[in-house]
Order: sequence, then structure tokens, then C-alpha cells
Amino acid sequence: MSFLNYFQSQKKNTARVAKERLQIIVAHERSPRGGPDYLPLLKEELLLVVRKYVQVDPSAVTVQLDRDGDCEVLELNVILPETQSAGRRR
Amino acid sequence: MARIIVVTSGKGGVGKTTTSASFAAGLAKAGHRTAVIDFDVGLRNLDLIMGCERRVVYDFVNVINGEANLKQALIKDKRLDNLYILPASQTRDKEALTQDGVGRVLEELAQDFDYIVCDSPAGIERGAMLAAYFADDAIVVTNPEVSSVRDSDRIIGILSSKTRRAERGEEPVTTRLLLARYAPGRVQKGEMLSVEDVCEILAIDLLGVVPESKAVLAASNAGVPVIMDEDSDAGQAYQDAVARYLGEERPHRFLNEKKGFLGRLFGSGNS
Repeated sequence: MSFLNYFQSQKKNTARVAKERLQIIVAHERSPRGGPDYLPLLKEELLLVVRKYVQVDPSAVTVQLDRDGDCEVLELNVILPETQSAGRRR
Repeated sequence: MARIIVVTSGKGGVGKTTTSASFAAGLAKAGHRTAVIDFDVGLRNLDLIMGCERRVVYDFVNVINGEANLKQALIKDKRLDNLYILPASQTRDKEALTQDGVGRVLEELAQDFDYIVCDSPAGIERGAMLAAYFADDAIVVTNPEVSSVRDSDRIIGILSSKTRRAERGEEPVTTRLLLARYAPGRVQKGEMLSVEDVCEILAIDLLGVVPESKAVLAASNAGVPVIMDEDSDAGQAYQDAVARYLGEERPHRFLNEKKGFLGRLFGSGNS
């Protein structure tokens, strides 16, 4: 039985699947960690300011911190609703 | 000045207490005065693994609250002269651990000991955060299994941002991996993450690999740290890890299965 198992397991390498899944989830969960703690609050307050003038959905505001060598770029992305001027502004 | 080592993992049941007990015993065996503290308030277990459960009179929380002094609460190991155990409280609520209180106890221990091993509880609640907070070095115990690896990654993040060293902007906590319950035969068959896989995902240095071993349960049954079983594979693996921690270079053993060709053909697949 273990003789057969030995060859079957060559086909479905579950360890490789585990590694791929982990690499994806770990990268995803690490991304907010690099940024400063104030990022979520900053996003919330920015949303309040934007909402004073335009009614946007909370999910329409994304705040992202990217690192490019020594340079950190804070990217703010607001998607305005279609009824207003369509499109995005940065 | 004592060095504070946290043994942590995020996930429960991966071998933190086994590792704390063996690591502390190994440091003591190497001649260093060592104290090992159980941070798992409410679920005391280190005493059982170290075989001193019937000698617990006072505990960590008693000392924090000033109901006993350290001398009264520390239990001297029966086998090793340099080894002392500070048991966790069994009944008190988790609020009993305060950052100030833990800091004070560690500071007092640091006067008298070379190494202080902090056995963290599972999870990322207060006990685990406090066990990690004062650490100089961290041993992240991980099993080659998806949930353990993911939780270890969370803990590694906490160690790099939520410790005293991080807050003070000092040299970061030296964080190293101890991969436990490793089954080389299953790795060879593609059934289990390899040590290289786990190191690559977690991106930390490897301190040691402890093979899945019957000796671990046998040792905990007897209340003896498995490192004291010098003939066992797990005991030797811990011995190597302690030596590496103390700066010695040792090759990693137990990364390949001992079984021969016939064993692989007819074996159960479980070493």
C-alpha cells in the first residue's frame, strides 16, 4: 500500500500547494504592517473631509503607503461617484 | 545583565512549553544561571513539563502583587543547580499581569540570572504581548503546517513592532525559528512543508529543527525536559539549538529520514 502511495504522492504535492497559499496570505497580511499605525485613522478622517463636499462610499477612498527605495509615497485615491464629474482624481 | 528570551508562536500546541523547558534546561546545563517563567496565567503547564508541579507554593502573580517575594516563588530544579522555575498563576484573571509588574519582576530576576526564558501563552492577548514585550531574543516555535506558519508570521510582526526594543528604537529583538514536529520522510514525499519552505516564507534565521519524536511525549509524561534525554533525537536537536544560541556553529541534523529503502517501501509513512 505504501508502495502505491509513494508514487501517487509524486503527483499531488500538497506541500507545494501549502507553500503557495502561505506566500500569498502572508504577503497580504504583512502589507498593512509596514505602514505607520496612524494610517487607518488618517483614512477615516480624510473620508470625513471628502464627505463634507462629496457623498462617497467609504470603500471609494484608498490610502496606500508604498516604498520605493528610500522614498515613501503616500497614495490617496478617491473615486468620485458617476453623477459628479466621472472618473478619479488623485 | 540578564538576557531575556521569549519562546512564542501564536498558535497553541506547537511546542512552546516543551521548547521553553528544554531551552532553559540546556542553558542551565551549559553553566548559566537560568530562570524560566510561565506567562500562561490561568493555564499553568510549565510546572508539569518540568516535573515540579507538586512544589508550587507561590506564583508569578503573587510576586507581582507583592504577596510573596521572588525567593519564595522560584522553584529550584531538582536536576540542575542553575535552573529555577517561576510558575504561572492558576486561578487569577489575566488582568493580573501588568506591564509594570512584569517589568519589575524581570528586573529583579536580571540581577541574579544570566538568562530569563519567558514561556509565552498562545494567542496575541495580554500574556503573549507581555511575554514578548521585554525580550532581547525570540524563539518562534513553528510546526510545518499552514496555520502555524501563518500565526508565526503575525508574531514575528509583533516582535518587530510591539516590543520595548522597538518602542525605544534600540537594536531589534533577535528573532529565530525553531521548527518542531518535523517529519523528514513526509517532506521527501511532498506531504509536508520543508524547512527551506518555512524559512523562505517567514524570512527569519533558523535556530533549530526538532524532529517529530516519541521522546517528547515520553519526557512530558515523566516531567523531564526532553533535552535531558540525551540519546533521543529531539533531545539532541534541542541540545544543538541551545549550542547555536550560545554562538556555537553546528550543522542541522535530523533533516533526513533514517529509514532505509525497505522501510520506505513498507513503512507506514509515519516515523
